[in-house]
Amino acid sequence: MKFSVNHPILFIMVGALIAIVLAQSVYFLVKALKRAKALGMDQKKIKKTITSAAIFTIAPAVAILVGVVALSKSLGVAIPWLRLSIIGSLSYEIVASKNAMNALGISSGTTVADASAFVTILWVMTLSIAAGLILVPLVTKRIQGGMNKIGMKDKKWGETFNNAMFLGMISAFLGYVFCNVDRLWKADANGLVEIVEKTEDAGVVTEVVSYVSSTSGLIPILVMVISAVVMAICGVLSMKVNKCKWLTDYALPISLVAGMTAAIPLTNWLG
Amino acid sequence: MKKQLTYLESVHRDGKIWGLVLCALILLFPLVASLIFGAYPEWSPLLQGLIATLPMYWAVGIIEIFTYVPMLGAGGTYLSFVTGNISNLKLPCAVDAMERAEVKASSEEGEIISTIAIAVSSIVTTVIVVLGVVLIVPLTPILEAPALQPAFDMILPALFGGLAVVFVSKNLKLSIAPIILMLILFIFVPALNESTVGIMVPVGVIFTVAVARIMYKKGLL
Repeated sequence: MKFSVNHPILFIMVGALIAIVLAQSVYFLVKALKRAKALGMDQKKIKKTITSAAIFTIAPAVAILVGVVALSKSLGVAIPWLRLSIIGSLSYEIVASKNAMNALGISSGTTVADASAFVTILWVMTLSIAAGLILVPLVTKRIQGGMNKIGMKDKKWGETFNNAMFLGMISAFLGYVFCNVDRLWKADANGLVEIVEKTEDAGVVTEVVSYVSSTSGLIPILVMVISAVVMAICGVLSMKVNKCKWLTDYALPISLVAGMTAAIPLTNWLG
Repeated sequence: MKKQLTYLESVHRDGKIWGLVLCALILLFPLVASLIFGAYPEWSPLLQGLIATLPMYWAVGIIEIFTYVPMLGAGGTYLSFVTGNISNLKLPCAVDAMERAEVKASSEEGEIISTIAIAVSSIVTTVIVVLGVVLIVPLTPILEAPALQPAFDMILPALFGGLAVVFVSKNLKLSIAPIILMLILFIFVPALNESTVGIMVPVGVIFTVAVARIMYKKGLL
């Protein structure tokens, strides 16, 4: 068959695979809903979980779409559609496809015209992230069994252990938000910081020098602060004002969108 | 004689079956594409591409399994490791849902809430991406608008700002040490940035659990 990155057969294959992935989510959703009912869990709580999870997902999902568009320049639409609907993340898919294209000597942004090159890129993108895919069905039960023992022995410690895990994860992302703050004291007299990046395109390594403002490192910090403040306001309102009770369920998506929106003027100002 | 399975056991049984089937299908995809187009990979670039990408993401992936299983629960794990986008979407979604429903990740109720949140999130993502693919021509200029790029670039800070308020305010004493450690590391170690934050998540988790254990034993929590 004559190859093209947007060949209809690719869309059919991808569509079929995504339908099965979707079926897995539906299967576990129905299973969990049935169990919730059997346990007599508050159905209002369950409904709220569903609606707020759906609302919360919208903004990150649109960001994933941006990734589909970015990758479609070289790989067509079908493969980015598949890759960003299954394991991996936007940053991973970009790195993996770029590494493969560099090895093939294809410049990023050019459409892959050769079937062998296309298949090569596909293999790199599929295999390099497959650790979780292969191991999770085999080891999850054992890991969870071990973890549950911790909670059984000492209930209070089990609870603290849980909180500590979440806090540890959150603290890593909070640290990341501050990773460019050092630009403030690294800047030259003009308030600029030189960034030398080694970029590889079509297998050729070049050093690209760019300049960013010293205050650009503050943007993520301020975005985080704004999102945190909005979250806190939602929390206080929903507790103090009866009419605002519904806010609890949407506080996270509201603070997420507030932070993302604030990023636009902040970047114009500090970037 | 059929043994009656508990809910959790049946989640593990079904999760294993779905997981192995989907794993096989996803891994076979490139092979089927090869056969259809009658084209084989270029071996030397394939090896080069894999060497440049695979070791780091496998290392992170293996650590992620151990870190995320206790947080996501069984059902959530089986779904998340197929549908991806864990730290920027599935995990915050599940954590927020369990927090609001006031259930613990390790309880059966927590398992159910986390599974529901992640399943809904996966379904909504899939639907939005399908709509986006169908409408890609009219949507491309909007999604690529330079004016909107900062909003998409700042999704992680915007997400974790809100999430941090909830958890830090409820565990104030316990959060001081990990936050100080991570701030020092990320500010003063140049190699730590957006692409390496994934490695620091387990570091943060192990450190915080250790600090929690010490504080707990000394009766400080």
